[in-house]
Amino acid sequence: MPAEIQSLATHDAPRESRRTSPPLPEPRGTLSRLVVDTLRGGGSPGPLSLDTHDADPYGDDLQLALYLLYELHYQGFDGVREDLEWDPELLGLRRALEGRFLGALRANCRSTDSAEHALAELLVEPVGYSRTSVGHHLQRDGELWQLREYAAARSLYHLKEADPHAWVIPRLHGRAKAGMVAVEFDEFGAGRPEEIHAQLYADLMEDLALETAYGYYLDAAPAEVLATVNLMSLLGLHRSLRGALIGHFAAVEVTSSPGSRRLAKAMRRCGAGQAAERFYDEHVEADAVHEQVVRRDVIGGLLASEPGLESDVVFGIEATGFLEDRLGARLLSAWRDERSALRTPLEAAA
Amino acid sequence: MPNAPEPAQTAREQRPRRVTIDPEGPLLVEGPVEVVGDDGRVIASRRFTAAICTCRRSRTYPWCDTSHRRRVRRDENAPPDAEPETGTDARTTTRTGKDHDQDSEGEESTDAR
Ligand code: FES
Ligand SMILES: [Fe+2]
Ligand SMILES: [Fe+2]
Repeated sequence: MPAEIQSLATHDAPRESRRTSPPLPEPRGTLSRLVVDTLRGGGSPGPLSLDTHDADPYGDDLQLALYLLYELHYQGFDGVREDLEWDPELLGLRRALEGRFLGALRANCRSTDSAEHALAELLVEPVGYSRTSVGHHLQRDGELWQLREYAAARSLYHLKEADPHAWVIPRLHGRAKAGMVAVEFDEFGAGRPEEIHAQLYADLMEDLALETAYGYYLDAAPAEVLATVNLMSLLGLHRSLRGALIGHFAAVEVTSSPGSRRLAKAMRRCGAGQAAERFYDEHVEADAVHEQVVRRDVIGGLLASEPGLESDVVFGIEATGFLEDRLGARLLSAWRDERSALRTPLEAAA
Repeated sequence: MPNAPEPAQTAREQRPRRVTIDPEGPLLVEGPVEVVGDDGRVIASRRFTAAICTCRRSRTYPWCDTSHRRRVRRDENAPPDAEPETGTDARTTTRTGKDHDQDSEGEESTDAR
C-alpha cells in the first residue's frame, strides 16, 4: 500500500457503520417470510407467486418485504448473494408490492394544484407548541429514552442519508442537476469522510449509547418507519417517479432546518452529548441553504424543462408529509402512554 | 505540483462570485466565505453556498436558520385535527416584529457558531 494511502487509512479512520451487512430480520407475515426465505435460499427455484391484493399497503408485512428488496440495492444482507439484486423473480414481486404501496399513497394524497402552493404550506412555522409535532414534543418534554428511540428508528435512513436521492442524478440535466449535485456533495461531507452526514449520524448514535452497525435496528423499527424509507427508495429507483423524488427531497430539506433546531435543543436539554448536538446543529445551517437550492434550482430547473412533472413534484411533497404524520402519530401516542414506540424496546443505556 | 494550480481551479477562482437575493430571506453567496461582524469577529463557511441572514432573526447569525419564515398562529386549545395546518391563513398572516416563539427563550448567543 503506498504510504499516503496507508496514512490516510490509519489516521483517524472514523468508525464505519457499513463495514458489514446486517443479518436478515425476522419476518412479519407471509410476504416478508417469502422474501426472507428466498434471499436465504439463494434465489427462487420457480416463479414467486403470492397474492398481494389483500395485504395492508402500510402494514408491517408488506413494508418489511419491500424494505428487504430495496435494501439489496444499498448494503445487502449478511450471507445473501449480491446478484439477487437483479433477480427477475424478486423484481417481479417487488413490482407488485410497489404497486400496492404507490396506489395507496396516490389515493391518500390530496394533490394541491401547484408545487408552489404545496411548498408554501411547508414554508411557514407554527407559533408556539404544536401537539402533533414530534420535534415540538422532544424539544419541550422529550426524555432521553425517547431521544434514543427516535434516533434508533431514524437510523434506518440516516445511516444511508442522501443515498436514495443520488439515484435521481443521471435523470436530471442542466440547472436541476447542478443544484442537486451541489446539495448531495454537502450531504456526502464535501470531500471529507468524517463529515458525511451518515457518519455524523453514527457519531450521534454513539453519544446516545446506540449500536451504530448498519441495519441493527431493523427488527425494532415499526412499519411507519419502514414506509418513510421505502418511499425514498421507491421514488429514487424509478426514473418515471423522478418528479416525485424531487418533491420528496424538497419537503425534507424545507422542513429540516427548523425541525433540526428543535432536536438540537432536545439533545442539549437532555445532555445527549456533543456529537448528538452537532448532527442537528449542522442540519439547521446546511438545510437553510439546501432548501433554497432545491426550490430555486432543482425544482425550478426541473419544471422549466419538464413542466408536465409538476403534479408528480406535488405528489412527492404530499406523500412525504402523509407518511411523516403517520410516523409522528405512532411515536407520540406511544410516548404519551410512557410506552416504547418500537417493536422491541431498546436495551437500557450502559 | 503543489505550486501549480489546476486549470479548473484557476477558472473557478477567476469566475465572479454569484450572489442571489431572496427578497424575503437570506443572501445566497457562493462559498467559501468569511463574514466580518460589527465587533470585527470573522466567521467562515466552507459550504458551496452560504445563506447569509438579512432579517437579523437568525439564532445562528450570520447564517440563515430559516427564522425569517412567516409564522402562523394556531389555536392551542383546538383538537389536533382541527388545527389550521397552514393553508390560505398561512399566506395572509403577517409577521409582527420580533415574534420569536417560546423556542427562542433562554437561547444563548453562544449557540451561534
Ligand atoms: S434571513 Fe433567514 S434567518 Fe434571517
Ligand atoms: Fe443531511
Ligand atoms: Fe440537507
